[in-house]
Amino acid sequence: MINSVPPAAIFIIGAFLIPFLRGRLKSAYMLLLPVLALINLLNMPKGKSCIIKFLDYNLILARVDNLSLVFGYIFVLITLIAVLYALHVKDDMQHMTAFCYAGGALGVTFAGDLFSLFVFWEILALSSVLLILARKKEASRAAAFRYFVWHFVGGVCLLGGIILYVQNRGTIEFDYIGLTDLASYLILAGFCLNAVVFPLHAWLPDAYPKATVTGAVFMSALTTKSAVYVLARTFPGADILIWAGAFMTCFPIFYAVIENDMRGVLAYSLINQVGFMVCGIGIGTPLAINGVTAHAFCHIIYKALLFMSVGSVLHMTGKIRATDLGGLYKTMPFTAICCIIGAASISGLPLTSGFISKSMTLTAVGLQDLPIIWFMLYFASAGVFHHAGIKVPYFTFFSDDSGIRTKEPPFNMCLAMGIAAFLCIFLGVYPKPLYDILPYPVDYIPYTAFHVLGMLQLLMFGALAFTLLILSGYYPAELRAVNLDTDWFVRLPGRAFVWFCKKPVIALMNFFDRSVLKGVGVARSLPAGSVACEKGVDKFYHVGLTSAPAVIYNWVNRLRIEAGYLPRNLMYILISFFCFLFVILLLGAIK
Amino acid sequence: MKKRKKELTFLDSTKNRTRVRNYFYISLLVLLVVDFFVHKHGHFSWEEAPVFFAVYGFISCVSLIFIAKVLRIVVKRKEDYYD
Repeated sequence: MINSVPPAAIFIIGAFLIPFLRGRLKSAYMLLLPVLALINLLNMPKGKSCIIKFLDYNLILARVDNLSLVFGYIFVLITLIAVLYALHVKDDMQHMTAFCYAGGALGVTFAGDLFSLFVFWEILALSSVLLILARKKEASRAAAFRYFVWHFVGGVCLLGGIILYVQNRGTIEFDYIGLTDLASYLILAGFCLNAVVFPLHAWLPDAYPKATVTGAVFMSALTTKSAVYVLARTFPGADILIWAGAFMTCFPIFYAVIENDMRGVLAYSLINQVGFMVCGIGIGTPLAINGVTAHAFCHIIYKALLFMSVGSVLHMTGKIRATDLGGLYKTMPFTAICCIIGAASISGLPLTSGFISKSMTLTAVGLQDLPIIWFMLYFASAGVFHHAGIKVPYFTFFSDDSGIRTKEPPFNMCLAMGIAAFLCIFLGVYPKPLYDILPYPVDYIPYTAFHVLGMLQLLMFGALAFTLLILSGYYPAELRAVNLDTDWFVRLPGRAFVWFCKKPVIALMNFFDRSVLKGVGVARSLPAGSVACEKGVDKFYHVGLTSAPAVIYNWVNRLRIEAGYLPRNLMYILISFFCFLFVILLLGAIK
Repeated sequence: MKKRKKELTFLDSTKNRTRVRNYFYISLLVLLVVDFFVHKHGHFSWEEAPVFFAVYGFISCVSLIFIAKVLRIVVKRKEDYYD
């Protein structure tokens, strides 16, 4: 018997009522949904509930424990803030997908078995594709399709892993897995793709800057953090994640420095922040897991705040590149202040939420005696202040006056930003409510004179470096350009494959075609007969044989146009991935 | 035309900019001085070295910029590269 509502159900079922409502009623209803979800969450009994019998298995839709509850709370809270931010949007489709998306994230968080986890995982992926498509620009459509293929690949990896896992261990329970066999590595790969672990991260800086203003807020909060949650549940203490996470904190900051699109900068800094979490999961001690959870909680709020404030600029001015912006504090002072608060939090400045959460992970690294990781994480901490903490507010709101004159965004957007900014400061000043809900008991004091001083020195002298480099003109100028990332290794071979189909294969076929015709034509003496024969041969060879690649190409092309300008090269990954999966399944079967 | 709301122009004058920068430099000095009066309890020996974090923060950010400049030479392409 179902004794409480599965957390995901309220959002996913609730989403379908949205188009039937109008005006204020619709706004009220959309704000009510997260509140209902929160009340439901508070009343849910600990342990497993909402169990559905399916074949010989039990599907568990609500596994409530300390870890899943924290993520549940923050997902519901951020949905409330992001919905408030998006209230002015007239597009019902966007609201519905946003709720389905949030429902997918809640479903992943509370899933107690691998099957329902997979289903919610896919809902998460598909609905976020629609949030990118909703921008209705050609660049967004292309990015949405690339995003879809990336997540499809990750999803198939996960599914392959789950099938092998169930076959090997005979259980579909979703709990600690640990790195042991092929199944666990496949599951890890599927999770890592969503957790933007290098080199599977390229979808994020590609897609997020192209999503809608409001959709990006949801996306910044849900996909990566639900992946952090599943990693924390299944692979805590996996050594490989320590190094993967530390690398993730470092490499995106270089990209962020030379990125021109402000949401692109935020996307790279998102990878950097998730790196801290992945590293903490790799350490896996109670302090580290507490740090990861607290950091995810705070990160969701301040990252959403940053995406909201930069999104407001895009909403009001239509511009988002650093080269087009500057001097906006004059007309958008409130947005500028919110952006600065978000920037301070992401940098981990004392008295903001970033400080009380990030320092836990850093301390956990110190306790494990990992000096190289320690140096990498502190380098990344200084670096994140540099690009997200200073660059984003500086080039958007200060810098040289771009001449743009606008005004503050609509009231609902301001209110959402205000709430998020308040939470950033509130948690920074008074972390107890957050510390109380963490998975393990907290015995940690963030505000010691040494911690505060160390962090302030690190950040302020990083700021000094920025100031001196800007004044001396050494700081890399903002340029309109695209920076290659790991997706280059996928996009270029794809293009080469299409070229191969189009040029050499068809040329070769045409050559055969012509020689055959010539051969047959010479043998015939009568010109009329030869023409007829030629036509027949032509029809057979040309339509039947030689044009096979052309037909495939046309078919792919049509699909590309119909499916929102699918970049052809990605069909290549799809096909090769199916082959890959097939080989893996064979390997599993042989075992 | 509608009358526009009064704009903030605080940072337009060079005097104000210099003033902000000077406050910033003073705060840096304060941080360096306070360093010698704080009880330190780091996990690694270098954390307790005087003004370690200040030096590390500065070096990190300078090297970040220079490495990014090199990276840009390698990865920068025209905006329509993928089109």
